[in-house]
Amino acid sequence: MDISTIDVEEKVKKNEEDSVLRVKNLHTSFFTDSGEVKAVNGVSFNLTKGKILGIVGESGSGKSVTAYSIMQILADTGRVVEGEILYKGKNVLNFGKKEMHDFRGDKCSIIFQDPMTSLNPTFTIGSQMNEAIMLHTDKKHKKEATARSIELLQMVGVNEPEKRIKQYPHELSGGMRQRVMIAMALACEPDILIADEPTTALDVTIQAQILELMKELQHKMGMAIILVTHDLGVIASMCDEIIVMYGGRVCERGTAEDIFYRPSHEYTKGLLRSIPNISNMKERLVPIAGSPINLLNMPKGCAFCARCENALKICLEQVPDEMQMPDGHYASCWLNVKKQLEEEKANGEQ
Amino acid sequence: MATENNVNDLPLPKKNPLSLQIDLSKFEKATDEEKKQQDVMSESTTFFKDGMRKLMKNPLAVGSIIVLILIILMMIVTPHVVPYTYSQIITVDGKRDTGAKNLKPFQYSKMEQAYIAKGGKVFPHVMGTDELSRDYFVRVVYGTRVSFMVGVFASLIVGIIGVLYGSISGYSGGKTDMIMMRIVDIIYSLPDLLVIILLSVVFKETLDFSKVPILQKLGANMVSMFLVFGLLYWVGMARLVRGQILTIKENEYVLAARAIGARPNRIIWHHILPNCISVIIISIALEIPSAIFTESYLSFIGLGVALPMPSLGALASDARSGMQSYPLKLVFPALMIVLIVLAFNLLGDGLRDAFDPKLRK
Amino acid sequence: MASSEYLVEVKDLKEYFPIKTGFFGTTPLKAVDGVSFNIKPGETLGLVGESGCGKTTVGRTLLRLYKPTSGEFYFDGQLVDDKNITDLRRQMQMIFQDPYSSLNPRMTVEDIIGEPLDVHKLYSNRAERREKILHLMELVGLNAEHATRYAHEFSGGQRQRIGIARALAVNPKFIVCDEPVSALDVSIQAQVINMFEDLQEKLGVAYLFIAHDLLVVHHISQRIAVMYLGRIVEIADADELNTHPIHPYTLSLLSAVPIPDPKIAKESKRIILDGDVPSPMHMPTGCPFRTRCRYATEHCAQECPSLTDRGNGHMVACFEK
Repeated sequence: MDISTIDVEEKVKKNEEDSVLRVKNLHTSFFTDSGEVKAVNGVSFNLTKGKILGIVGESGSGKSVTAYSIMQILADTGRVVEGEILYKGKNVLNFGKKEMHDFRGDKCSIIFQDPMTSLNPTFTIGSQMNEAIMLHTDKKHKKEATARSIELLQMVGVNEPEKRIKQYPHELSGGMRQRVMIAMALACEPDILIADEPTTALDVTIQAQILELMKELQHKMGMAIILVTHDLGVIASMCDEIIVMYGGRVCERGTAEDIFYRPSHEYTKGLLRSIPNISNMKERLVPIAGSPINLLNMPKGCAFCARCENALKICLEQVPDEMQMPDGHYASCWLNVKKQLEEEKANGEQ
Repeated sequence: MATENNVNDLPLPKKNPLSLQIDLSKFEKATDEEKKQQDVMSESTTFFKDGMRKLMKNPLAVGSIIVLILIILMMIVTPHVVPYTYSQIITVDGKRDTGAKNLKPFQYSKMEQAYIAKGGKVFPHVMGTDELSRDYFVRVVYGTRVSFMVGVFASLIVGIIGVLYGSISGYSGGKTDMIMMRIVDIIYSLPDLLVIILLSVVFKETLDFSKVPILQKLGANMVSMFLVFGLLYWVGMARLVRGQILTIKENEYVLAARAIGARPNRIIWHHILPNCISVIIISIALEIPSAIFTESYLSFIGLGVALPMPSLGALASDARSGMQSYPLKLVFPALMIVLIVLAFNLLGDGLRDAFDPKLRK
Repeated sequence: MASSEYLVEVKDLKEYFPIKTGFFGTTPLKAVDGVSFNIKPGETLGLVGESGCGKTTVGRTLLRLYKPTSGEFYFDGQLVDDKNITDLRRQMQMIFQDPYSSLNPRMTVEDIIGEPLDVHKLYSNRAERREKILHLMELVGLNAEHATRYAHEFSGGQRQRIGIARALAVNPKFIVCDEPVSALDVSIQAQVINMFEDLQEKLGVAYLFIAHDLLVVHHISQRIAVMYLGRIVEIADADELNTHPIHPYTLSLLSAVPIPDPKIAKESKRIILDGDVPSPMHMPTGCPFRTRCRYATEHCAQECPSLTDRGNGHMVACFEK
């Protein structure tokens, strides 16, 4: 116990130093006709320099809204109601228009799921890239910007970049478009790249290309990536650290190994049981019962309680606090508290 | 860098035993019933109920509904309450009062004043009288009635023809669709005013209305106007319906119905039309004010309803001659037109916001 | 034709869509270009491939939602044509990908599930209809109280259950499942997959399970066919295909699947394919895969390989491997 505590403290200290982005107790709500939808409900995490952080969850878990909150690109009805987003110690939420403009694009870029809708169909690839480059870097001349565009496209593995910059988005395939989006996002060499389901719309072989590219670029440029996805396979092959979200809350966060080999939240455990087992493909799956949570009708306690087979009475009444597990990762589950209580009891009896 | 409430060092293992702080009885397993209570489905709402709820939240739409209800009530109640008719000179105590020309609102003629002095009761002229000594309020109400009817029926005709034509064209697709849509294009390119003038002239000459009392009452102009609406204005609706059907046809539930073995008839009635009905109703609602407007301007240039039947446009046209001396006579029918058209437009917008599937999340 | 051991026999199925290329001219888009396969009663054949490879078109053409350009399809030994398809739709059904657009938003659950019963007049009175519907709802794990609700009130997983109940209403022997779980969340996917397996056990239906998720297909299917640009390039037993893939496309497809296990995922070497899938409008000559294939030779450009048996029913269409 003592050794691991020291480990943990060192870990915490190290995290402190290398952190590029810290999100503290973030609450984001959408104010709709049917009432307030608490899409993100107290999310905290730390993004370490040069690491890939994965946010995984089902639809409605708040994973994308968390990403959008960081970029401040929420829909009109959405608002960050509470919390802090600290970039190098400064709160992004207090940024003025000018600072925000610098932050978006220069320091932090985002790529979306559907590259077709994020590119303007009426302009060529080149003119859209030039615009982004001229807006955010010191390259203020068109010639310079075009040269940089070609360089960037080369970097993301687009063949014949000179030809591509004269083409329109619809002339490119889905994978090519996503490469162009990545090139645009990297134009200013940002510290943080947010990728919101970057490969969901792509085929498996193209997905493999894009994931490989993202890894390669991350090694080369050393930025931190927040990868938002629902695909456990993508998460496993890409991420150093993982946040599992459900119903707008963080269930569990830790390293990839922590999450996949030592899951400590009932939801994470259930999620891992519900995908086909690679060592025994014909083994029957164990699904999580019930339906995804209705954000308009959140339970008083843990968001997952209604679907959790081991739910306790307290789970229905009280939201569990985040608790550190012996191996140093964090989980918010009452069952862990119960386990600790039982251990204490056993120790006391001894 | 190290700040007070650091997220990472919060939940380090605590020194004091947890059992002292927490009620242990809560750490028993929850029963299925208890869990079930957490997992309630939200209350059942139909598409219609949900839309109505949204519509009722829109103050402009609610205001328009109230205005329209008041206008309809006025149209129904007035003939039973006000003792004047739209075509006859005011009679006082059984005698025709030719001196009651161009009275101001709530003013009484000399004969009426005398009658009142004798103890008789005279219904006030809310909007005065016209130059033929007819009560203007009654005429405006009847004018509203005519304009309203024209608007509603014309848009219904437009709706029915447009929906039938558009759905056949959209569902059959291919060559049929192409030919049907080219016909629409041709009709679209006809100048409507010219057609109306031509038709009304032709009808006056050729058709004999005397045998059909309703048609006679309406007059050749009115009938030609309905015909024009029927013949010309359905094309917009047909295009809209066709477009709707083309998009709905692509939905997987239509494919599913085909996979089940449903016939085209069933697919149109059960799957396609119910899903575009809201859009159709919205555009019919928006068609009404434009029909009223068309009727008004046709009447204004003398191609509308036959005299002595008033319509709002005809009233405004009549008032034009004495505009300087009696401006109110132009104001009243114009105000009615504005009210009706505005109310229908706002209601149509409200309906669209509430029911159009494209605007819903 | 004498009855054979196969429920579904597809022979050289082709489906070309005419695409307008000029003012008058049309070019055929070869969505499906000569596909043959068989399915035994109660068996699941997985059909995998990337978007645009024609897998959805195969499923839809089998149900005659599209009229096939050429090829034969025998169902239960009977040649399917325009005349008998209406009757045969009582024996084969389809489940769609998108649980949101595949259910009519203006119909209640009861009417959606009841529609096949209405169309084929499978009941004598209202009470029988209702009883059948409630039985179907129970079968797919839906609460009977929800019969009068509208589809939009349900979550994706529940909607897919409604779609499955609708397909089961006619008591079919064969169901085409067109990506039935790809639009669902992971935790719900498992529920639906388990249900497919239970229903197969209970009712003995055969599935053509179309999907792009190889893990799911491997889990549910006895045999798997891999499609690329309108052709089947490899067809084999599920385990055989996963352990001993032969066709270079299958190989790269399998290696591209992200494995949900960090150690395996980080150690495994991916075979990354170059470039994109060619447009089916401009198909390469010969083997359609040769433009992205590492082993392609002159021979591949001249002639298109056909499926050959490599033992135990493992069929591969490749010259080089």
